[in-house]
Amino acid sequence: MSSETVTIPRSSWLLLHAVAVFAFLYLPIAVLILYSFNGEGVGGFPPHHLTLDWYRTLFADGPIWDSVLNSLQVAFAAMVISLAFGVPAALALDRAQFPGKALFRRLVLLPLILPGIITGLSLLMLFNLTGTRLSLLTIMLGHGTALISVATTEVFAGLQKLDRAQEEASLDLGANYWQTFWRITVPNLKLPIVGAALLIFTLSMDEIAVSFFLIGRDNTLPLEIWGRLRRGITPEINAISTVIFIFSLVAIVFWYRLRVRAEGSADVMAELSEPTSP
Amino acid sequence: MFSRAYKTAVTAPPLVWVAVFLLVPYLLMFCYSFWSVTPAQTIVHSWDLGNYRNLLRVDVYWQTLLRSMWIAARVTIFSLLLGYPLAYFLSFYAGRRKDLFYQLVIIPLWVSYLVRAYAWKTILGSDGVLNTLLQYVHLTKHPLEFLLYSPFAVVLTLTHIYTPFTFLPIYAALEHIPRNLVEASHDLGATPAQTFWKVIFPLSIPGVLAGATFAFVLSLGDFLAPLLLGGPSGIMISNIVVSLFGAAYNWPLGAAISLCMLVLVVSLLFLSERLEKKWSFS
Repeated sequence: MSSETVTIPRSSWLLLHAVAVFAFLYLPIAVLILYSFNGEGVGGFPPHHLTLDWYRTLFADGPIWDSVLNSLQVAFAAMVISLAFGVPAALALDRAQFPGKALFRRLVLLPLILPGIITGLSLLMLFNLTGTRLSLLTIMLGHGTALISVATTEVFAGLQKLDRAQEEASLDLGANYWQTFWRITVPNLKLPIVGAALLIFTLSMDEIAVSFFLIGRDNTLPLEIWGRLRRGITPEINAISTVIFIFSLVAIVFWYRLRVRAEGSADVMAELSEPTSP
Repeated sequence: MFSRAYKTAVTAPPLVWVAVFLLVPYLLMFCYSFWSVTPAQTIVHSWDLGNYRNLLRVDVYWQTLLRSMWIAARVTIFSLLLGYPLAYFLSFYAGRRKDLFYQLVIIPLWVSYLVRAYAWKTILGSDGVLNTLLQYVHLTKHPLEFLLYSPFAVVLTLTHIYTPFTFLPIYAALEHIPRNLVEASHDLGATPAQTFWKVIFPLSIPGVLAGATFAFVLSLGDFLAPLLLGGPSGIMISNIVVSLFGAAYNWPLGAAISLCMLVLVVSLLFLSERLEKKWSFS
């Protein structure tokens, strides 16, 4: 009982702190959304003349939507590249022994923690050396390579929980490796693969540091926004950001639902909070 | 149970890809850092330490590097101060609302980095939200100019961005602490403070290290927040690299600085991994 009386004030201090941190985390997002409706520009308190004009401007803004299309293409290509190499990389780390495995593991995961500028610049040097013209393709290669780390991490975590008996049974019953991979391994890894795909897609849509150095003539959405920020700011940026925020929320809810349905809430929480590394 | 062919099939493609698009570029960066550039802007493939000598000799380079480390260190400390108690609260006191709170920490991560930095700019500017609010309630007559275009703005924005990243591994570490250890500590007569400092905190150190490394490394290499909010006094090392690769056109020197960053980052990762192992509870 005595511990109860000590715990209560302690937890209320913690609660107060938690509320303050949440306020700090959400303040800019709230400001962003609120001022996307502000007729008087991006600053100024209190907001005046609430209006949908900025959304109208946004929807009539050709270059923004071109850049959205570019970003969607890049994100899709990045997703395909990272999965095409990240899934086998996870299988290799889980099941094969080869010289340089430790180095390989570190190299694959490095872009996840490395500042984007280093990944971007080192690839710029490669493309410069090989005379590759910078374009959306070079950004796709950059994102695809950097985000292999995400695919590998997620799928490797899934493989750790996978019961190999099913694959063994499949092989014993005469299926070849190709069939076993598509009919047993992949279906069992559906959640990590879908999770990784969503994560890669979102991260690529938002990526700017690597794209910054690999950009050709066509802008991705973040670079288009970046260019406009440097020229001066209007609430149109708030409007596009609000739209992206809502899409991100839909994506996170979708992903969460998917995982909860498959694994039950408790597992999902444990999984989400654990950046498992191979 | 997996044949040699299977192992080759899953190993070779990622190995080749990673070699071409990660290993070769890093090696290229290494090579570039020894080359030099003529006044006519051609790259000379000569091998010497001129760029590294410049790094040490020209004050602005190492001073900016030190300032970047100081900014990154402040971001790390503030992220820990915000993230740790939050993680502790969620893990031990949030009860059934844990799920909801957890999602609330994650959601800001899904808001574009650029957009959040931009939002801070609209808050801190001289005719931004905060200054006009302060004038509206008559707390100040003139806008506070130090808010934007200062290291303060950079530290604030980066702390905002990296607090959730710091929170995640700490929360994971706290969640892994067996609750009966905490109960045992209480039962054996330890006060809550003693339980925290002698049981909970030591067991959460690997999470703290992982979160701190993440915040430090990523904010050290940041160049967008300083460009957007830093002003002349908030310039960081990556901004110098960007200009060396752009207008200043000295790729070799830029490569040398990047390589120093790479070495610094990799040694930090290595160190933190070592320490995490030492402190991990098994």
